Amino acid sequence: MAETHCKLLVIGGGPGGYVTAIRAAQLGIDTLIVDDGPLGGTCLNIGCIPSKALIHAGDEFEKLIDAARGGSPLGMSAAAPEIDFARTMAWKDGIVAKLTGGVAGLLKKAGAKSLRGRGTIRDGKSVTVETDLGAQTVHAEYMVIATGSEPVELGVLPFGGKVISSTGALSLPTVPERLVVVGAGYIGLEIGTAFAKLGAKVTILEAASQILPVWDADLTRPVAKRLADLGVAVMTDAKVTGLSDDGERLQVRSGAGDDIELEADKILVAAGRRPRTKGFGLEQLALPMDGPFIRIDNQCRTAMRGVYAIGDVTGDPMLAHRAMAQGEMVADLIAGNRRVWDKQAIPAICFTDPEIVTVGVGPQAARREGHAVRIGQFPLRANGRAMTLGRDDGFVRVIARQDNHLVLGIEAVGAGVSEFASAFALAIEMGARLEDIADTMHAHPTLGEAIQESALAALGRGLHF
Amino acid sequence: MTKDKDDVFTIRMPDVGEGVAEAELVEWHVEPGDIVREDQIIAAVMTDKATVEIPSSATGKVIWLGGEVGDALAVGADLVRISADPNAGIDPTGKPDARSAAEAVAVVPSPETPDEHEPQTREPAGGPIEPEKSDPRAALANLAEAPRPALERRSPGDKPLASPAVRRRALDAGVDLRQVPGSGPAGRITHADLDAHLEAPEPQAAKAAGGRLRKTGVTETPVVGLRRAISRKLSQTWSKVPHITIVEEVDVTALEELRASLNAERGAGKPRLTILPFLVQALVRAVADQPVMNAHHDDEAGQLRSFEGVHVGIATQTPQGLKVPVVRHAEARTLDDTAHEIARVADAARDNTALREELTGSTITITSLGALGAIATTPLINAPETAIVGVNRMAVRPVWDGTQFMPRKIMNLSSSFDHRVIDGWDAAVFVKRLKSLLETPALIFVES
Repeated sequence: MAETHCKLLVIGGGPGGYVTAIRAAQLGIDTLIVDDGPLGGTCLNIGCIPSKALIHAGDEFEKLIDAARGGSPLGMSAAAPEIDFARTMAWKDGIVAKLTGGVAGLLKKAGAKSLRGRGTIRDGKSVTVETDLGAQTVHAEYMVIATGSEPVELGVLPFGGKVISSTGALSLPTVPERLVVVGAGYIGLEIGTAFAKLGAKVTILEAASQILPVWDADLTRPVAKRLADLGVAVMTDAKVTGLSDDGERLQVRSGAGDDIELEADKILVAAGRRPRTKGFGLEQLALPMDGPFIRIDNQCRTAMRGVYAIGDVTGDPMLAHRAMAQGEMVADLIAGNRRVWDKQAIPAICFTDPEIVTVGVGPQAARREGHAVRIGQFPLRANGRAMTLGRDDGFVRVIARQDNHLVLGIEAVGAGVSEFASAFALAIEMGARLEDIADTMHAHPTLGEAIQESALAALGRGLHF
Repeated sequence: MTKDKDDVFTIRMPDVGEGVAEAELVEWHVEPGDIVREDQIIAAVMTDKATVEIPSSATGKVIWLGGEVGDALAVGADLVRISADPNAGIDPTGKPDARSAAEAVAVVPSPETPDEHEPQTREPAGGPIEPEKSDPRAALANLAEAPRPALERRSPGDKPLASPAVRRRALDAGVDLRQVPGSGPAGRITHADLDAHLEAPEPQAAKAAGGRLRKTGVTETPVVGLRRAISRKLSQTWSKVPHITIVEEVDVTALEELRASLNAERGAGKPRLTILPFLVQALVRAVADQPVMNAHHDDEAGQLRSFEGVHVGIATQTPQGLKVPVVRHAEARTLDDTAHEIARVADAARDNTALREELTGSTITITSLGALGAIATTPLINAPETAIVGVNRMAVRPVWDGTQFMPRKIMNLSSSFDHRVIDGWDAAVFVKRLKSLLETPALIFVES
């Protein structure tokens, strides 16, 4: 068996893994990254990027449909819009290919080696990789486990046939006529909404009593309203019990206790994701776990010297930017620099319609942490730019400490507000007070003025509302 | 302070610092009806850190008090109302301002921008500027500033607040940001705060006392020339040679009497004898019995070289640093000759005119700090020599002679030895011998 030596071996080519490898190689560390799939992991191939492409396609098509129905307040009309979904998917695949190719190029430019094949951990310093050219053993001084996560399968609804995961949903050859989405978390809502806009009749089932159960009801309300406007049926407190005997219909017990059968061409199970900890020899290391996740400290170190873990495999929130930040830190640590996980906030976005963005803590969480808070909120219906974009539903809300006005959290719901995530995160990482935001000029006319106005409102100095 | 109406002034609870939202009233110095003058103390308030006295910023009659002793008043809450009219009635409401700390906080003049919440009293731009003394707000602002330890505004237990760049710099520098006071809004730690901390890492408590300026300058002096030679030699000696040091008390009363009479005989022309030539001659006597003391220990060759001739190094402080000029062949010199030679080589060393031979080749060394000589020292031997004798300060001390205390001139000798070749016993014998020679100086001059 061929043998290779390197200083750092990264297992997993997703955002966490490839960023670790790029940074490490930049720092002069002899680095090898191993993945059995295309580089970019879930995010680039079957997650963030393709879903955003699909969502954009849905938005565009929905505008045409709306115009054709005579619903455009701008006075535009269109005749019988059609979609060549195969081309839509090809466009999406083109973006994915460009990005994954880009990652390969970046790795190469930085000087990191990559190996396509399935890695199996032998011990804390060596991994066997099954490549097309046969097996090889890689010996490394340091190892970073970045194996990510995968969709959770429901026992009563195993994947196969009509039952698909988000991966399947993002590569459907046609728009299903009737789509049932199990799970109203952000993945289910994003994909469900996109297909609804592309013409599917969508039903979304949620076991909890509201959509996006982990988000504040104030933030999810505009999303629920928009779903209703789009004709998406949402059943909360609903429990999936299985498929009918012929496999055609989905059996559901409603909140009222009625058993219902739903017709569906496709059933998307979006009931969350679980860390990928099986199938690559992790058990060889017998690492202590945190529930299903690999336990790490504030430097992403596992219990074994020289073995780090980053990204979804280490816990919530399972977000690409968290994994990337962890990876950058770990590369620095391996290069001998002093680093510690000291992020103040991890931004979170739902690319629903309208979008939701939260950074830091919301009002309830802030109070739970024992803070007396002051909250400022500004509705987008008072924002000129929102009106000119034809979407003025939603708001921006800032949560700050009562005593020193330190901003603890900033949240928004509205069309296009996902781009606020950077401004919100910057404010919190920089330790902004309400006055810092309020006294910063926000360009007019932009949606961002709502951020400044929310801070002004928290200070009792609101101007436009 | 604001002027509300008809010459009624309201003095508010100032920001007493440390980011506190409220302070407890601990003492009233005035009662309603009292006439107060500007700057007169009206109340004392206490935060969890300090008690602060609050002066009046106006002259007039106290018509209203904002609370009772023990009440916690929000910063910015009304504290006292003073009327300029001595006949003004006392405000019967007598109740503290109902505003809570939370509500009041919005109108607190924040320390960074003392004026921002009081636009009603702000002078228009370009308007007349009152002298500071007559501006009551300025007085209050000064008061608020004075007791604040300017850099401690983060509440205990709060996470340190700093931008990512500051955090990274701190990590790189190995600084725990929890130890760094932040001067920014809400106690934010700025790059400048980190700079200050890096320059002055001493505990903050040290600088609070007396409020004196901290000095942060550092002078770097290259260690070169003679200093570098001394540095190398001493580190080598210190790390290579295990020392044993013995301190012994010597009664030099008799020696001093002898020295005084010899000096009296010498007349004005000749230089006065110091104790050193006596010591040099005592050494000559002592090493005759113990040649190991007058030797070089060549540890690399594993050899001890004892010398017949006694070349005594005299450790001498010069403007360039410590030098050890050598009185060669002390065994062949008379007392006068020794004294003369000591003076000559020491002067040459100080003038930087000493020849190489005059600075090398000693076989035993004497170090004396003269009047600065201390009670005891731990001299380092002048390797490869095996012994050094340190002379300490002479002092008149009471000595019990069996029936009474007698004033005796006592001087300590602190002598170090290369313990590898000289056992403690031999060292003690040598020191004892020196002691008896010096205590009975005639022995030095009696030919054996």
